[in-house]
Amino acid sequence: MLRIKDRAQRRTRLTAYGFILPAALLIFIFHIVPIFISFGLSFFEWDMLGKARFIGLDNYYQLSTDREFWLSVLNTCFYVLGTVPCSIGLALFFALLLHRVVLNRGLYRTIYFLPVITSLNAVALVWTWIYHPQFGLVNGFLSWFGLAPQRWMLEPRGIFDLILKPVLDPIGLTLSGFLAGPSLALTGIIVMSIWKGLGYNIVVLLAGLGTIPRELYEAARLDGAGRLASLRHITVPLISPSLSFLLITSTISSFQVFNQVYLMTQPPGGPLGTTTVAVFYLYEKGFVDFEMGYASALAVVLFVILFTITLIQFKRGGAQQTSL
Amino acid sequence: MHRFRNMLLDLLVHIILITVGIFMVVPFVWMVVTSLKDPTEVLAFPPRWIPEQKYYAVLPGENAREVRVQTISAPDTGSAENPSTISSDQLVVRCIEPGPDQGRKWSIGRTDLRSRRFLWSNYPRAWSEISREVTFSRYFYVTTIVALLTTLGQLITSTLAAFAFARLKFFLNHIIFTILLGTMMVPQPVLLIPDFILLAKFGWLNTFYALIVPWLANVFGIFLLRQYFLTIPEELLDAARIDGCGNIRILVQIMVPLAKPILMTLALFTFIGSWNSFMWPLIVTNSPDMRTLQVGLASLQSESGIQWTLMMAASTFSLIPLIVLFFFVQKHLIESFARSGLKG
Repeated sequence: MLRIKDRAQRRTRLTAYGFILPAALLIFIFHIVPIFISFGLSFFEWDMLGKARFIGLDNYYQLSTDREFWLSVLNTCFYVLGTVPCSIGLALFFALLLHRVVLNRGLYRTIYFLPVITSLNAVALVWTWIYHPQFGLVNGFLSWFGLAPQRWMLEPRGIFDLILKPVLDPIGLTLSGFLAGPSLALTGIIVMSIWKGLGYNIVVLLAGLGTIPRELYEAARLDGAGRLASLRHITVPLISPSLSFLLITSTISSFQVFNQVYLMTQPPGGPLGTTTVAVFYLYEKGFVDFEMGYASALAVVLFVILFTITLIQFKRGGAQQTSL
Repeated sequence: MHRFRNMLLDLLVHIILITVGIFMVVPFVWMVVTSLKDPTEVLAFPPRWIPEQKYYAVLPGENAREVRVQTISAPDTGSAENPSTISSDQLVVRCIEPGPDQGRKWSIGRTDLRSRRFLWSNYPRAWSEISREVTFSRYFYVTTIVALLTTLGQLITSTLAAFAFARLKFFLNHIIFTILLGTMMVPQPVLLIPDFILLAKFGWLNTFYALIVPWLANVFGIFLLRQYFLTIPEELLDAARIDGCGNIRILVQIMVPLAKPILMTLALFTFIGSWNSFMWPLIVTNSPDMRTLQVGLASLQSESGIQWTLMMAASTFSLIPLIVLFFFVQKHLIESFARSGLKG
């Protein structure tokens, strides 16, 4: 009897290993091994053709003094700070509106979601055309209001610089460096990205709103709470898990922005490098200049940054949830 | 009074939602409008929302070509006129297309004058002749193969692994699962260089293998299915075991049919993700005939002299499968996105 059970267990074990083998093997080769390769390679200088040369921490040292790298980090921060809070804030606003209406709710939801499922490349091309400096829709729109046409994707000047110029010029101030803000080109990419991702955030928040029991609002009303009080003391706290989930996932994915820059700017990363984001810089170093070691060091740094952000946000998100 | 205020508020909400809704679809409408225009019309400022009525003359000769023209009443005065106001059967036309023929005049018969508002012909042209090296249809073919095989492969590997992790007892079950989950923390750009080097060592660059094999397993899919398999009551499995079912039969005949909705979700996510992926195919392929749609679109843009009308037609083409798919399963799709928290 015991032997039969043993054999059955052995067979189950074998089946189990057989079942996980394909997935585990693929993930091991293409996701786990590469982490070690990346880390190891970051101590070498290698152009993929010749022999790799061990140079210790030189790549990291070079990276710390590489102006272009720090510019790319700054641009990425601009992008993340431009897209994530705006997108989540707008999404919360529209989710609340959508939650209120009954009529056409499904239709609105579908329309807002449409950009999410469409491919980034196709819509990036459309937006490039919309931003066209001569024949674009946006400049046409500006001309309705008698505003001067802008060069959009070709404009390296900072957005704050452009907006505040009429105010600051008379008093002899000019904004430069990071104070000038993201270039107009990067701002254009930010606006397009918010448009693209908004529907997703709305849908996640709508799902969160749907789980809040109606009785809570009724009870609050009986206690004399107004709309704003209900929003502050019921809706926002109860939806905060969804909000912090969105905050974490969109920060991580925004940090990896690449397609928009590659497709919408000419030359890619331009004008004057003001749209070169970290992953684009990694791509350039690795696949244009073939500095595999240097690019790997960049990848390791990027990984550490993202990992830290995730940990911080998880911790804060967790603390918020327990305090409720 | 209170009800009246509520109604006003509702109206305001709808107005805001509609305005923003218009903003959401405008880029798509503009894409389609542009794709139906004439190359010269595209360069109108301020931009035109409805293409104008255009006239094309079929020129006599060996290869009968069409050029965009204006009708003019008399060869000398030369101001443009609407052909319907001209009574004679013979029309004098002047070419207004930029190029060697611009400004040339011909006298043609009325039947050789075509009038069009929407240039639907941009679509077949984008499909077959937009790129110099290969046709756009080839991009479509490559992408479809990659997306379908990736989806199928992921469904199989994920189902097998998820079943084992959820339902079978084996040594290191939890540890292996945790390690796999941990790999989700590694952002894709970090893997690009080592994966590229690996594929180069395998000799897979520029092949379907490079586009498909690394994506045949997906931790997220395993996770999603495992969570679902855990909810299926153990009694059901025990009953099947008593009836003499082996693990494989339990998986195929009980678990998979029960998990159909979640499998469908996973299939949709994978298909859309694969269809839209760009960075990976951009890096692992460089020959024109291995380009996916997304890479193809990007390469069209960088080729000198963008033909915006054809580009927009090509973009529309690349979106059609997704939009059709979306409208068939949109409710299911949107809810799955909301529940599983996966970003497209």
